[in-house]
Amino acid sequence: MTLASGQKKEKLDRLGELAAVRDDEQGVSLWRDAFRRLRRNPAAIVGAIILALFVLVAIVGPFLVPYDPAAPIGVQDGVVRSGQGIIPGPSSDHWLGYDHQGRDEFSRLIAGSRQTLIVGVVSTLIGLTVGVLLGGLSGAAAGLGGRWGRWVDNILMRIVDMLLSVPGLLLAVSFAAILGPSPITVMIAVGAVSVPIFARLLRGSMIAQSNRDYVLAATSLGVRRWKIAISHVIPNSLAPVIVQATLTLATAIIEVAALSFLGLGTQVLGQPEWGLMLAEAQQYLGIRPALAIYPAVAIIITAFGFTLLGEAMREALDPKLRK
Amino acid sequence: MFRFIVRRLLLLIPTLFGLSILLFIWLHRLPGGPETAILGERGTPEMRAQIRRNLGLDEPLLIQYGRFMKRLLQFDLGTSISTKREVTTEFLQRFPGTVELTITAMVIAIGIGIPLGYLAARRNGSILDYASVGGSLLGTCIPIFFLAYVLKAIFAESLGWFPAIGRQDSSINATHPTNFFVLDGLMTREWDAAADAIWHLILPGLALASIPLAIIVRITRASVLEVLGEDFVRTAEAKGLTERVVRRRHVLRNAMLPVATSIGLLTGLLLSGAVLTETVFGFSGIGLFLYEAISNRDYPVLQGFILLIAVIFTLVNLAVDVSYSLIDPRVRVR
Repeated sequence: MTLASGQKKEKLDRLGELAAVRDDEQGVSLWRDAFRRLRRNPAAIVGAIILALFVLVAIVGPFLVPYDPAAPIGVQDGVVRSGQGIIPGPSSDHWLGYDHQGRDEFSRLIAGSRQTLIVGVVSTLIGLTVGVLLGGLSGAAAGLGGRWGRWVDNILMRIVDMLLSVPGLLLAVSFAAILGPSPITVMIAVGAVSVPIFARLLRGSMIAQSNRDYVLAATSLGVRRWKIAISHVIPNSLAPVIVQATLTLATAIIEVAALSFLGLGTQVLGQPEWGLMLAEAQQYLGIRPALAIYPAVAIIITAFGFTLLGEAMREALDPKLRK
Repeated sequence: MFRFIVRRLLLLIPTLFGLSILLFIWLHRLPGGPETAILGERGTPEMRAQIRRNLGLDEPLLIQYGRFMKRLLQFDLGTSISTKREVTTEFLQRFPGTVELTITAMVIAIGIGIPLGYLAARRNGSILDYASVGGSLLGTCIPIFFLAYVLKAIFAESLGWFPAIGRQDSSINATHPTNFFVLDGLMTREWDAAADAIWHLILPGLALASIPLAIIVRITRASVLEVLGEDFVRTAEAKGLTERVVRRRHVLRNAMLPVATSIGLLTGLLLSGAVLTETVFGFSGIGLFLYEAISNRDYPVLQGFILLIAVIFTLVNLAVDVSYSLIDPRVRVR
C-alpha cells in the first residue's frame, strides 16, 4: 500500500465517522432527549431515589452499623437459643431483634445491602459482557459479514438458542453446581442466565441498524466493515441492551435469593447478603417470620427501584411511545 | 406453513445434539459423583470404584456418550440412579403434575391479567390504571419462593383454607390412569378426587402465576393502548358500530398478538418457577424431582429431564409461532 492511498483511506474513515456523527449532533441527541423525558417521569424519579438510597446505604452503611453483623452477640449473652425456639424480637438496643445465630438483625440488613449490590451488579456485568460479545459478533457478522458472516452468525445463534432452550433457573443451577461453592459462583451462574437475552437483543438491534442509510454511506465511503460495526452500528444499537441491563439488575438480585433458597448460594466473603438471609430465615418461619420479611422487603424494594427506572428508560428511549 | 413447521422441527435436532454434548460434559464435571450421594462420606475407595464401575462411569467419556446416544435413538433415556426406575417412566409420572400446575398458573394469569390490562388501558390515567401498572411492576419483584411461603403460611397453616403440601390428599384412594390428577378424577367420575386435586393446585398456582400475571397485565395494557390509537378503531367507531363490536372485533383481536407471543415466552419462566414452587409445596412434579436429582447426582435423570424440557419448551414456542399466524392473517410464516 502506498503512502498516499493509506492517507486517503484514513481520510475516508474520518469522513464516514463525521457523516454518521453529524446526524446525532444536529438537533437533540437520542440520549439527551431520553434523559429529558426521564426527568419528567415520576416513576423514573421514584426509582432513582430508591436506588440512590440503596447505593448510599451500601457504601456508607457497613461503617455505621451499631453492631458487628457477623458477631453472635445474642448467643454469647444467652438471650438467643434458636434450638429451643427463642429468638427475641425488636428492642430498644436491637431495633429489629436478633437473627437465628444471635446476630443483630438491623446491622445485618444494613451491611447486607453492600453484598447484595455487588452480587447484583457483578452478575449483570458478567451477563452483559459475554452477551454483548456474542451478540455483537453475531450481529456484525449477520449484518455486514456477507456469506461467511452468516455462517458465523448461524453457529453463534444456535449456541444462544441452546442456552435459551433451558429454563433460566435450571441454567443457573447447572452453573452453580459445576463451579462448586465459591463467592464468584453465584455471580457467574446468575450472569449466565442473561447471556442469551443480551446476545439476542443486541444482535436484533444491530441487524436493524445495518440496513440504515448511515451504514450504507459509511460503506460507500470505504470505511472498513469492522470499523463500521464497532464505531457506528454497536453504539447505535445499545439502547435496548442498557434498558435490559437495568431490568436484569432487579432479576439478578431475586435469582441470587432463589439460588440461596435451593441451597446453592454461598456466603460472599463472610458478609451478610439479603438473598442468603431470606433463604436461611425460611427454617425459622414458625418461630420468627419477621426474619424472612425484613430481607424480603429489602429485596422487593430494591428490585422495584431497578424495575421502575428500567421501565421508565424503556419508555423514554422507545420512539413508538413518544406522545 | 407446513414447510415452516418441518424446518423448525429439523432445527431442533442440532440444538438437542449440541445440548446433549454440553449436558454430558457438565454432568461429568460435577463435583462428587452419584457414589457420594449413595454412600455418603463413609464409603471406602473400593466401594466407590465398584459403584462407578456398575454404573459404567469408569469408561472414557466418549464411550459413555456413544452409549447414551445409541440408547437415545431408541428413545431410551436410561434408569434413574436413585429410584432405579426408567427415566422416561419417572418423567411421565411427574410431568403431568407440572403441566397441571403450569396450566393453573396460566389460567389465573390470563384470566385476571387480560381483563385487568384491558380495563387499565380503557381507563388510561385513572387510579385503576396506576394501581395495576404499579402492582404489576411490584409483582415481578417478589421472589417467588417467598410469595409461596407467605401464601402457605397464611392460607394453609393459619387459616387452613387450603392444603399445605402435596398433589392430593393421601386418604383419597384415587386411580390414576393418566397421572393428570384432575383429569383422572373427571374420567373415573371420582368427583371428590378431582376437587381435592384442584384444591391442592390453587396455592402453588397462585404463587407461580404472580410473575406471568404481572407481565400479561403490562403487555395487554400497552398493546390495547396502541391499538386504541389506531385509525381503524376511529373508523369503526365513526361507522357507528356498537362499542361491543369495536371492542371485540377490532381492539381485542389486534391487541392480543403481543400477548400471545409473551405467553409462549413465559413457559420457560414458569418451568423455572415450578422448581421453586414445587419445592415449597412439596408438589410432586418435574421441578421437585430435578432439584432432588441435582443433590443426588442422578446423571440419567438430569440428562433426560433437561433434554425433554428443552424439547417441550421448543415445541411450545413453535406452537406459539404457528398460532400467531392463525390469529393474524397478516403474519404469514415462511
